[in-house]
Amino acid sequence: MTAAASHYSYWITVLLMVAGLYIVIARGNLVKKLIGLSIFQTSVYLLYIAPGKLIGGTPPILAEGFRLYSNPLPHVLILTAIVVGVATLALGLAIVVRIREAYGSIEEDEILAADRAAERRPAESR
Amino acid sequence: MSAEQLPALVVVAPLVAAPVALLARRALPAWMVATAACGFSFVAALALAVQVTSGGAVSYALGSWPPPWGIEYRVDVLSAFVLVLVSGVATVVAPFAWASASAELERERLYLFYALYCLCVAGLLGMTATGDAFNLFVFMEIASLSSYVLIALGRDRRALLSAYQYLVLGTIGATFYVIGIGLLYLMTGTLNMADMAARLSDISSTRPVLAALAFITVGVSLKLALFPLHLWLPNAYTYAPSAVTAFLAATGTKVSVYVLLRFYFGVFGTRIVLEELPMSQILLALSVVAIVTASLVALWQADLKRLLAYSSIAQIGYITLGISMASREGLTAAVVHLFNHGITKGALFLLVGGVALRAGHAGFDRLQGLARTMPLTSLGIVIAGLSLIGTPGTAGFVSKWYLVLGAIEAGRWWLAAFIVATSLIAVAYIWRFVEAAYLAPLGGATPRAGEAPAAMLVPAWILVAASVWFGFDTSYSVQGAARAAALLLQ
Repeated sequence: MTAAASHYSYWITVLLMVAGLYIVIARGNLVKKLIGLSIFQTSVYLLYIAPGKLIGGTPPILAEGFRLYSNPLPHVLILTAIVVGVATLALGLAIVVRIREAYGSIEEDEILAADRAAERRPAESR
Repeated sequence: MSAEQLPALVVVAPLVAAPVALLARRALPAWMVATAACGFSFVAALALAVQVTSGGAVSYALGSWPPPWGIEYRVDVLSAFVLVLVSGVATVVAPFAWASASAELERERLYLFYALYCLCVAGLLGMTATGDAFNLFVFMEIASLSSYVLIALGRDRRALLSAYQYLVLGTIGATFYVIGIGLLYLMTGTLNMADMAARLSDISSTRPVLAALAFITVGVSLKLALFPLHLWLPNAYTYAPSAVTAFLAATGTKVSVYVLLRFYFGVFGTRIVLEELPMSQILLALSVVAIVTASLVALWQADLKRLLAYSSIAQIGYITLGISMASREGLTAAVVHLFNHGITKGALFLLVGGVALRAGHAGFDRLQGLARTMPLTSLGIVIAGLSLIGTPGTAGFVSKWYLVLGAIEAGRWWLAAFIVATSLIAVAYIWRFVEAAYLAPLGGATPRAGEAPAAMLVPAWILVAASVWFGFDTSYSVQGAARAAALLLQ
């Protein structure tokens, strides 16, 4: 197998990374942006986890007859990163709920238009 | 309290205080816990600073797992310097927050504010104290997540959108950072920064390492609001509660600058960053553009808080300008400006917080003739403004002086002239305040309720006094920065 094919997990990582980032930039819907952000973060999980696995390697438990072990550290790191990702997503969605309550919309352009309209009549929104 | 545990204690105190404040469920005990924890961290940071100045770096193995396997907390001259700034500003802002946040937030939810404040302080201190690259990411996210919520607490509904935008950009920044760390981990098999630096010296020019450098640079630059990655900053600073703006402006971006310094000089090393890659030219170009555009944009703002937010972007440009010189003078200037700008901008935002309390917000229409109704606040803004400009006798002068020295040392006379010339734009935007507050007649919208309460005025004036004090007595700020610069260039 060529290097490009055997390291297919990297291609998936890159694809997820770019797709996620594109969604964040291109979408105006605040929830969709958060979905993109989550996909972007997920690509990092794969970036860490995939190289930790050795083909033919076992979990790192010392036992007779096993000499090849996979690296457990990336899993631990990514458990932490997943917790961070979940917290970020939860907080992001909570803020979107509050934005919906305050503006009545979760479309970025409508919210910005509402802000511009409020700035033209400064007295009431402040 | 034993001395070798100080690197952990300085972080643990506010980290433990956060759930305690949460369990207190009432504003007053939560505030007392938060203030006590910040004060404790400040004392511990000062003790650490004394210790590392005389005895060299202090290392603490978390859970007694020796580095590089376990997480190491490592405090050297540079991190102690930043720890003192962060915990010091946190201690000064905490009493201010009592009066300011009580007025701006709902009373029943006030205890949550103090819990988040503790978390944010703990995150920033942890980023500074840790010697582990992944642990730094975790603390970065603790600080960031709490600051998103703190910003969203602002009264204006636009605070929500600012917090959302900051959340998206901040998360992209942190994720870029963690991608960089992942690539470095793949190449070196370690997460301990000192160990990483030693192992990188053989393979520093390989493509994954260069990619890691690029990812970390972009990620951290988003966090420190380097032009053109500053877009989250003006709105976040403008609509956040006053105490939050003052604290974040004085510490948040500064700690990110520290992370950049740590990675450029402590992990990658000067050879790869400055000789093989044109990082110093890139930083120089971005800094120059940041200083000019952000200063000019600041000139046209209709709101003093927003003006100061843009001025922050310009001032961060001066810090990165010092880093781009990569000489002893340049780095000294960067580190000392990090400190001086922290206290100066902290003072300004605290004073503006007082204005916002009385006037609702700090738009220039509310500042007409302000010197007559709030003389102490106006005087403080002018003095701290002079420090922002870099007038002799203020802290800002000291950092500009070293920047100019660094530029001349590098033979770049145009840069020295540029630094002086751009300070004139700062004169112009501070003059706008002087014109409104001192020269204009008393306006109809100007608050007439008198000075801000003493609980807000005293902390603000402590920082104003500090920004004058460090203009005369540079024994702590400049010598600390010079030692840090020497350490970075080793």
